[in-house]
Amino acid sequence: MHKKISLLVVDDEESVRDSLLNWFLEDGFEVECAENANKALAMLENRNFDIILTDIKMPGMDGLELLKRIKTIQKEAIVIIMTAFAAVDTAVQALKNGAFDYVTKPFDPDDLSHLIRNASRQIVLAGENEQLKSHLTLENVQDIIGKSEAIQKVLLEVQSVAQSNASVIITGESGTGKELFARAIHANSSRKFFPMVSVHCGALSESLLESELFGHEKGAFTGAVYNRKGRFEMADNGTIFLDEIATISMKMQIELLRVLETKSFMRVGGSKQIESDFRVICATNRDLKQMVDNGTFREDLYYRLNVVNINIPPLKNRLEDIPLLVDHFIKKYCNAMSRAAVIIEPSAIRRLQEFDFPGNVRELENMIERAIVVGNGKEIRVKDLPLLKETVVSQVESLDELEKKHVLTILNKYEWNISRTAKALQVDRVTLYNKIKKYDLKQS
Amino acid sequence: MGIQKITLLNLGRFDRNILEKISSAVHLEFLLKVEVIENHSDLTVFFDSGRKQYNGNSLLKMLEANFGNDESKTMALVTVDLFIPILTYIFGQAYLGGRTGITSSHRLSNERYGLEKDEKLFTLRIIKEVNHELGHCFGLIHCHQPGCVMQSSTYVEDIDQKETGFCSSCAEKLKTGINP
Repeated sequence: MHKKISLLVVDDEESVRDSLLNWFLEDGFEVECAENANKALAMLENRNFDIILTDIKMPGMDGLELLKRIKTIQKEAIVIIMTAFAAVDTAVQALKNGAFDYVTKPFDPDDLSHLIRNASRQIVLAGENEQLKSHLTLENVQDIIGKSEAIQKVLLEVQSVAQSNASVIITGESGTGKELFARAIHANSSRKFFPMVSVHCGALSESLLESELFGHEKGAFTGAVYNRKGRFEMADNGTIFLDEIATISMKMQIELLRVLETKSFMRVGGSKQIESDFRVICATNRDLKQMVDNGTFREDLYYRLNVVNINIPPLKNRLEDIPLLVDHFIKKYCNAMSRAAVIIEPSAIRRLQEFDFPGNVRELENMIERAIVVGNGKEIRVKDLPLLKETVVSQVESLDELEKKHVLTILNKYEWNISRTAKALQVDRVTLYNKIKKYDLKQS
Repeated sequence: MGIQKITLLNLGRFDRNILEKISSAVHLEFLLKVEVIENHSDLTVFFDSGRKQYNGNSLLKMLEANFGNDESKTMALVTVDLFIPILTYIFGQAYLGGRTGITSSHRLSNERYGLEKDEKLFTLRIIKEVNHELGHCFGLIHCHQPGCVMQSSTYVEDIDQKETGFCSSCAEKLKTGINP
């Protein structure tokens, strides 16, 4: 037995209470007794019991009513109904109301042992289940690369939101991988066996988007030669991912709000109401709240969508993930190009970590792909990443940003030797430590 | 002061021969002086005419009131069929960590199950049940260790599966129960 299982015996007959008390104590259970339903309920207000054995016929509140009340106080409690009369209809009623089992007094000792053993097993299993759930790891997130605190925090948010049905808005700069995180939410939700349907709202005109989302009937417009299911319909029981949600027109915002509220819609040109059970995940690189304030995004839709907000950090805020990402992309493209694995020289990694990556992970991915194509086939060198210099100088940056980068560059150059770095920067060690603290610099 | 002795209260007119065997076996397990007291109290007051059995709870209460004392553990030996209100029958009963207990031989004989009489097996079963109930008196709960006398037994076959003695874990706890 994993833990001492607690039992509450509710019976108006003292001899029954005493017998059960003694029997269960000998079996090593923790047992308490109550002579009526009200006392049992009062005891349940103060503490939980794993198993509650209750008589059905008691003065005042009977066992069936007590069962209902127990289920409102302590839903997971296992309630076993005892009665002196074998009445099938009462038994059925008790089971319908959530009783674990039903026994007729007096019990065969073996029946009682079996009953309690089964109930105990269920409790132990429920406990283990809870424990396992709390240790559940995210599935299908192998494409989300990163060990940085920032990305781990996002993964935790993904894990906690995945099992709910709440609408999610994923925000983040372009190229941060918002769709990957949407897929991770879907893959770890109860809807994972149904489709996740993606719609890139920014790529479609208003009329096309309408047809895409709601579907259309044959002849609804020129070119509508077949009936076509919309994305909402396709996402039935699954998830719909609306990328670049900020780009949709006001008219579409109204349509979308209506669908989200009713989970029903009509195809373009149709007259039949179609119902679909989907979860919505949206993504945007814009500040939707700002758009609401400006009047370009509907406030009601914003609140409907923004039940949970997950913000994906830009790559510049997780520089320590760059080596892992580079490694991942090298493997990916070497495989895709059927090339032998290449390595990247440490100085190239350092240069990458000094870069701002306005295009985020997508930009890094493209850079690595290009470097593999143009490189010598053995290693990626700094000169294989030519965009770095140009892009760095093209940025307009604050003095603080420049200082941060410069300090990090010199620190990396001297492999984080504080004395040598301070000497090179012509500052004392304390000043250097202050700069490291100020800019939250970390050795990669 | 710890427990000084174990008293076997012969309420069932068991013969001297069987009582001696039980006494010796109990002494061997508990290493305490074992005293046998003859008592011929009328048990009919505990008879339930509806169930045609004897109420173990009431009997145990009487034993506690009349024979319970802090220096010994008293085990009553009866031949009548015992029940408690919730169960169809019991082989025996004791208060956990209490001073008294009962063991019934009623369902322990082979003849009851239509089998050939086996006096040796009958005695062995009584010894196991007496040791089991005394174990409860010393605070031991049911044990899941195969063979341990503190394993719970629902049927007589279960009793035959176990030994007369305690597993090492129960034996260790028993020491604390005897000499707290």
